[in-house]
Amino acid sequence: MAARRPYVRPMQPGWWRRNPYFVRYMAREATAPFVALYALILLAGLVCLAEGPEAWRAYIEALQSRGWLALHVLLVGIFTYHTFSWFAIMPKTLPPVIVDGRRLEAGAITGAGLAAATLCMWILWIVAGGAA
Amino acid sequence: MSKRSNQPFFWALFGAGGMLSALVGAMLVFITGIAMPLGIGAPGDLAAYDRALAVARSVPGKLFLFVAVSLFLWHAAHRTYHTLHDFGIKPGAIAWVCCYGVALAGTLVALGALFAVGF
Amino acid sequence: MPDTRTIVLEVMRYDGAHDAEPRFQSYEIPFTDDMSVLQGLQHVKDHVDGTLTYRWSCRMAICGSCGMMLDGEPKLACRSFLRDFAPGPLRIEPLEHFPIERDLVVDIGDFVEKLARVKPWIEPRVARALEDGPYIQAPAELDRFESFSHCINCLLCYAACPQYGHDPGFLGPAATAMLQRYNLDSRDGAAKERMEVAHSEEGVWSCTAVGYCSEVCPKAVDPANAVNRTKTESAVDWFTRFLRRGD
Repeated sequence: MAARRPYVRPMQPGWWRRNPYFVRYMAREATAPFVALYALILLAGLVCLAEGPEAWRAYIEALQSRGWLALHVLLVGIFTYHTFSWFAIMPKTLPPVIVDGRRLEAGAITGAGLAAATLCMWILWIVAGGAA
Repeated sequence: MSKRSNQPFFWALFGAGGMLSALVGAMLVFITGIAMPLGIGAPGDLAAYDRALAVARSVPGKLFLFVAVSLFLWHAAHRTYHTLHDFGIKPGAIAWVCCYGVALAGTLVALGALFAVGF
Repeated sequence: MPDTRTIVLEVMRYDGAHDAEPRFQSYEIPFTDDMSVLQGLQHVKDHVDGTLTYRWSCRMAICGSCGMMLDGEPKLACRSFLRDFAPGPLRIEPLEHFPIERDLVVDIGDFVEKLARVKPWIEPRVARALEDGPYIQAPAELDRFESFSHCINCLLCYAACPQYGHDPGFLGPAATAMLQRYNLDSRDGAAKERMEVAHSEEGVWSCTAVGYCSEVCPKAVDPANAVNRTKTESAVDWFTRFLRRGD
């Protein structure tokens, strides 16, 4: 009998490009650096606020430029994709949720998460207005 | 027995940051990055130094801003680090320090800034 | 009289005795609407090329033998139909992330070892003698683990998992589903021992919740759920480990 010579196929660098499921996964993961970017922009604002009115004014004026506004529009889109993809994967991370003796479907859990997000964002908008 | 992983600590922060950013992130970005500078709606008033300062000085405001900045950074650090190899980058010690180092630094600076704005 | 339709199959061939690396071989075969991909391969082997090598047994999606990549997606050949790929070419490759033994047959020894590692049997929670009679298990108790018990070890989930592809040391979806199947069984008492396997970097912590494993599972086992719930358990255990006395 001939000796065995198993062939190991290495994973290709573009492994994720051929499958739409993997493309969505990579898009989901790629939101992370942008979440960090926004956190740093917010942090910069806090630092400017701590430095005084002049620094704060400069910060606001910078945010009013087309470049920074366009970036924030992009960030809103990216954060929204994060919201959808987060609650889409959430059912996978939970033990069965039993309501009225029946197990909740994954879609119901995702829907509940998205509803909660909508509510929280609406409350934030109101509180941000109320705080002013 | 295999060595126990210490990922749970960072994974918990990843989860908390991911949940917070999923629940409020998009709106927060809109408020601070679009409504505030453009003066849209009531949040537009936050562009005024006094009003922004009042928020940062309030206890709930401090808490929220700290948690948002810090947890967003820890979430991003963990996810970025663990996705590097998916993009073909072998993650080593340098990558680890870069990813989580930014989160730690940001957390400390946020603490400092929120202390410096006063009470 | 119906037309004889044909489909082109592009099948990966490999024989370690004289191939340096795998190659593709095309076969154009007649097919009818009711023919599975497995039947297509059987037609090739019976009438065209007797050297073609592949695993199969039940041809009804319960033995788990015929897993392979069809146009880049992990599927059971017996449950996939030629009519859905016609006129082709349908690319047929061995299951991804496993070493190729010959043609469409892969070496699954790594999985067999991992399965043994999770102790896939009942270790009685309470010692029980034959005279005590059978275990009583309520429907709700069965519900807790039943879907994980449906695994047919077809390994489509390992072919689907990019983390297993990057690091074959990863415990992986099906083995973790089996771990949970026994941990969640009311008769079993070995959860703590099994979790020892889960706590390491290559236990459950290589998983990044891609979720494709559950997408491709032909038995709706939902291994992604098993792995990610085990992550939560492992994390809780990590945080509370110093609170437990005598550990």
